[in-house]
Amino acid sequence: MKNKINLFIIIFFLGFCFVIFYKGLNNSSIYTPKNINKKNIPIFEAKDLNSSAYLNSKKIFQEDSFYIVNIWASWCAPCRAEHPLLMELSKNQSVKVIGLNYRDNLNNAKKFINELGNPYFQSIIDSDGTLSVEFGAYGVPETFIIDKNKMIIKKITGPINEKIVEEIKLIIK
Amino acid sequence: MKTLKIFIILFIIINFSQSKSNEKNDDLKNKILKNIRCLICQGQSVYDSESDFAFSIKLIVDRKISEGLKEELIYEFLRGKYGDWIIYDPKLNKKTYILWLLPLLLFLLGGAIMRKKLKFTN
Repeated sequence: MKNKINLFIIIFFLGFCFVIFYKGLNNSSIYTPKNINKKNIPIFEAKDLNSSAYLNSKKIFQEDSFYIVNIWASWCAPCRAEHPLLMELSKNQSVKVIGLNYRDNLNNAKKFINELGNPYFQSIIDSDGTLSVEFGAYGVPETFIIDKNKMIIKKITGPINEKIVEEIKLIIK
Repeated sequence: MKTLKIFIILFIIINFSQSKSNEKNDDLKNKILKNIRCLICQGQSVYDSESDFAFSIKLIVDRKISEGLKEELIYEFLRGKYGDWIIYDPKLNKKTYILWLLPLLLFLLGGAIMRKKLKFTN
């Protein structure tokens, strides 16, 4: 009887380990960032890229409209690739694109805008990357969709593409 | 002369206490940074990493400590931004309770088996 109980415990334990490891095998080993949806936008103060005047978040997001916050830098190649799509989005009347320039040389940032066009309704500077952390960003490029209630409803890590632009258009419709 | 002596003593005391508090803040900062995962690096803490992300997190933690925020509140802030994954030491919640309780259960089970075996041999 005792031996049977011991055998049962051992089989149960091995079976349990097997299930755990088998489930683990099916999990992706690539970490995908959690989408932090429906979060309030952070309260902050940042310098304007063009005028160097200080702007606060209340002033930046004051209009009753959807907003797109795009984190970018002139040294970031994927930012260059997604720029034409941002230009396209900026033509949409129901959304305002805010550019957050991430740890960049300001002259290079201005050159980048002059060369590729300015899709940004407002460009602000994040010289040390701390403002991007307040948004919950990992790096560049990253894009956040903000609804009329000033809540972050979608976060896109990496460059946007045609498919994402269509998704954004559906959201802001 | 006496006043000068008092001033010098006061100056030394203030300087000493200030350097002690800075040392304390540095220790706390290092402790926190070692417990934060660098989300864009492989197997590195923010303390070990030199990435842009780690640089920004280091600044944020430094700022929060200067603002007088407690360790747990700093973790709470980062969890709010990036989820539980950013902290190496996971909190006990419905997603992590197996992780916390399983070793304890195994320990108790092992103890029970050993006790039975010992009783049997005696």
